[in-house]
Amino acid sequence: MQRRMIAIGTALAAATALVLTGCSGGGNASSSDAMQAKGPITIWYSNNEQEVQWGKAAVASWNEDHPDQQVKGQEVPAGKSTEEVIGAAITAGTTPCLVFNNLPAATGQFQKQGGLVDLSKFSGADAYIEKRSGDVADQYKSSDGDFYQMPWKSNPVMIFYNKDVFEKAGLSTTDPQLGTYDEFLAAAQKIKDSGAAPYAIYPTPTSEFFQPNFDFLPLYAAETGGKGIATKDNEATFDDQAGYDVANFWKTVYEKGYAGTEQVQGDAFATGKAAMAIVGPWAIASYKGKVNWGSVPVPTKNGTAADETYTFPDAKNVGMYSSCKNQGTAWDFLKYATSSEQDQKLLETTGQMPIRTDLSTTYADYFAKNPSYKEFGSQAARTVDDPTGPNTIAALQDFRDFYTKAVISGDGDLKAQLKQAATEFTKQAQQK
Amino acid sequence: MTTHTTSPRGAVRPGSTPGRTPRPALQKVFGRNPLGWLFSAPYLVFVLAIFAYPVCFAVYMSFKDYFFAAPGVTVDRPWVGLQNYVQVFQDPQVLQSFRNVAVFLVINVPLTVVLALVLSAALNSVVRWSTFFRVSYYVPYVTASVAVVGVWLFLFSQNGVVNSLLGPLAPSPSWLSNSALAMPMIAVFVTWKQLGFYILLYLAALQNVPKELYESAATDGAGRVRQFFSVTVPGVRPATVLVLLLSTVIGANLFTEPYLLTGGGGPNGASTSPVLLIYQQGIQQGHPGYAAAIGVVLMIGVLVIAFFQNRFAGGRDR
Repeated sequence: MQRRMIAIGTALAAATALVLTGCSGGGNASSSDAMQAKGPITIWYSNNEQEVQWGKAAVASWNEDHPDQQVKGQEVPAGKSTEEVIGAAITAGTTPCLVFNNLPAATGQFQKQGGLVDLSKFSGADAYIEKRSGDVADQYKSSDGDFYQMPWKSNPVMIFYNKDVFEKAGLSTTDPQLGTYDEFLAAAQKIKDSGAAPYAIYPTPTSEFFQPNFDFLPLYAAETGGKGIATKDNEATFDDQAGYDVANFWKTVYEKGYAGTEQVQGDAFATGKAAMAIVGPWAIASYKGKVNWGSVPVPTKNGTAADETYTFPDAKNVGMYSSCKNQGTAWDFLKYATSSEQDQKLLETTGQMPIRTDLSTTYADYFAKNPSYKEFGSQAARTVDDPTGPNTIAALQDFRDFYTKAVISGDGDLKAQLKQAATEFTKQAQQK
Repeated sequence: MTTHTTSPRGAVRPGSTPGRTPRPALQKVFGRNPLGWLFSAPYLVFVLAIFAYPVCFAVYMSFKDYFFAAPGVTVDRPWVGLQNYVQVFQDPQVLQSFRNVAVFLVINVPLTVVLALVLSAALNSVVRWSTFFRVSYYVPYVTASVAVVGVWLFLFSQNGVVNSLLGPLAPSPSWLSNSALAMPMIAVFVTWKQLGFYILLYLAALQNVPKELYESAATDGAGRVRQFFSVTVPGVRPATVLVLLLSTVIGANLFTEPYLLTGGGGPNGASTSPVLLIYQQGIQQGHPGYAAAIGVVLMIGVLVIAFFQNRFAGGRDR
């Protein structure tokens, strides 16, 4: 009996070992043959109503002219987040050719997984990207100097304010005086005192790695005049006076009860729970008919002119995935989808800003007809995104954990914790 | 005088050939009844593919700097020995998550056992409306967590119904954003949500407790309470062991509630569970090797607890 069990056990162990070792096979993700190949492809785009509308139209218009290179468009499959869906699809080899919803912070991780095609390998790709997006494109380069993502569109984060609530609180609706931290805090106090809204502002206080993009990062970009939270070598920069000022500003907001520390169901700004929101223009569609809103740049300690204020872009880029058989068609479609004509349609349909150097001039008519979007168009030229290393998400998660403790909950010494967070961030971000 | 009918160890059976005779090779591997393997093969394959293989693979990953890669891509996943395990025991976040889940289990498991047993005994004695009550307790269990969490957020948020009723007695910070209260709140929530399932287990067990025992106890003068402790509790002990094991295993795998109810393990990681960290490390941050090490430690911990539960709560049945 014992011998029999040993024999069966050995056979099982051998089979397991074979399967395990078989899982780490070799090969090359992308080949020059695939880069030339033409034929049908599949693309994914975001599932918000306006982007679906744009995606369907772009695909239909391409398919009309390319009967032999049909594109099948579909929404990103449901999951906890797009990044997890893409990560799982890379591992399973089921990614589409193009995803029009790549989070820049996740790109390095996808690249490390061997999931992305190096776009710079396509003839003229770098020149095309740099001509379309200018200097802004530089922050989306990989550490090897190549583009593994096409900078596509941004949603520069600004402060939205509810004019009706501001009026109730005795604040100006045309010049709300939110340029400096002191002004912002004074306005928040007035809102609280007047009872015009339960909270002055309500950044999401939950622990997800991407939440710093909607509280700390926009204000840090503004305070530093366009410095990111890490250098090109992924060394944290936020352990400076500007970082402390921004963190201390938000800490005060929470301490004084101007913002809630619990997650809310639904959109606090759209439901009138908060008088202000810190968000990009993609949200405008959801405020239609609900909020009479205005927008201003994010505040800085001493105030910065609107046309000099930087912010977080909340950009979504396009990635081409290595499982794609017809990468030649994918590259052609990518150029088509980011052409001046399609960018105009994207702007008109979604209100989101194509990452183009000539945004304000090329689409001047659009901004003239839609003045509320003009500020976002201007702001799109001055943005700083997350780093794009292979371990950025882990570094951002560490940062968020620090922020939750030291800023939202207000526990411990802020300066000491900021320093510690910077050390941890650098350690994580520099991991290969 | 007793007659022994079984052969003593080593004795030769009547009719058998003395000495060892070689058995066919097939019988050596699969035993005297190879057909038994055939019948159990579907379940065996299921267990091997769905449970054994992932566990073996997780152990394998935990000794490497592993990450998930596209098929056919050559990547370096170096062997790191015990490094991931050393990190598990040095990482304050991981240690905190294990402390959190211990708090959860200390509240959730006893509460589950006591409430499920008491309520099932009460339900068992209810004659009218019994189906209505049984369904009522079962509804939270079959309702999607996302929907139920929404109701709890409505009840226990800063400006929720409970705080409105409590007025000045409401805790500050509120229930779900209070470091001391977040995990106990989750434990109570999970107890309430899962209770219907455990009540069903106990109700099934109660059907096997002989009515004569209650009659005898009553004849001996035992009241309802005495009958409960002297007849019901020992009578459903196998079910109690099952409830203990299941609630411990399910509780140790806590994920949805801290993810949804407290916004990803907040406040300050006070409700972070090991599985939430596994999700963050393995799926979000691309460190499945480290996540696997946390998983293996968690699995060993659960096995140890389960061993002691079985030893002390169910030992006398053996």
